Amino acid sequence: MSGKTLPAAPAGEALAALEARGFDFYSGVACSILAPLITELTRVPGRYRPAPREDLAVGLAAGAYLAGRRPVALMQNSGLGYSLNALMSLNWIYRIPLLLVIGYRGFGGAPARPDGACASGGPADAPEHWVIGAHGEALLKEIGIPVWVPDAAGWAGAVDEAAAWLERERRPAALMLRKGIVS
Amino acid sequence: MTTREAIAVVAELLKEEVVICTTGYTCRDMQVVRDRARNFYMIGSMGLAAPIGLGLAVARPELPVVVLDGDGALLMGLGVLPMIAADRPKNLTHVVLDNEAFVSTGKQPTFSSVVPLERLAEAAGYPVVHRLVHPEQIRKVWGAPAAGPRFLLIKCRPDTGPAAPRVEADPERITQRLMEAIAS
Repeated sequence: MSGKTLPAAPAGEALAALEARGFDFYSGVACSILAPLITELTRVPGRYRPAPREDLAVGLAAGAYLAGRRPVALMQNSGLGYSLNALMSLNWIYRIPLLLVIGYRGFGGAPARPDGACASGGPADAPEHWVIGAHGEALLKEIGIPVWVPDAAGWAGAVDEAAAWLERERRPAALMLRKGIVS
Repeated sequence: MTTREAIAVVAELLKEEVVICTTGYTCRDMQVVRDRARNFYMIGSMGLAAPIGLGLAVARPELPVVVLDGDGALLMGLGVLPMIAADRPKNLTHVVLDNEAFVSTGKQPTFSSVVPLERLAEAAGYPVVHRLVHPEQIRKVWGAPAAGPRFLLIKCRPDTGPAAPRVEADPERITQRLMEAIAS
């Protein structure tokens, strides 16, 4: 990623792609990267259920799945730690699918150059995001959760692929959104 | 009453309710006392029985949902209390089996002997809150018509003697049989 701003997909279109694939239950915890998407969701009262913490959103979504819904949990990657046990000891072993839409803070990790840029070439994010930014994606893959990191043009295609994976495997899958991909 | 006795009282009152059982002996006791397709034995993810119950209850408002929670499990994810109170699902009954201990790991104490958990539910805004200490009180409250979410704190003591066997069913099968049982 260079320092320039990535082309953005409008939140309405990003959400339409999710709804077109049947996702009909949304919960999560706020994240600045996901703010446009969450704001779009809240335009319809009751469509989005805010959770106090990310693992509670994962639990709520699991209940909705048992009731026949197709849930999505939105969270910042900082919430992955809180969610890992739920993803492993609930979703994974019970085969309860969940689409995770994750705000990818700290993409590229810690500053790695004299000018403060990180390994990706872009400006490093705030320090609290360096470690999860560098390792969150690998952590998910390590526990068997596939990850897509789409750009704006690739969003709908990534949703399609993730939805097909959820249908087939009935286990969680993650879409990780870098800053500015959805506006 | 012991925890298993409390579970048995609830079990005999069940009709079509879905029951989400929290981690540990609650799952194991329920499996022995009254195994049914509408029981969801949550063997891991401690603290998430109540949010799972909430998700079911809001997605299927016509379906009665019971959460069999524990004091330790509730304390682990207290954020669920305002979450449930804010959503106000009428069809949700949140039972907390309060034996003041993490029993399945060796009876290590929680602090629900000094913090009355039902007052947290009350403060969060559950419209119906009861603290129950006798089996008769459970039976009386259970059938009384009331729009939920209901919070029923059942004070009980840990069982002595051998533990019930582990949950036998494959977790995947537990998911399938519940979904088949409640398919609309």
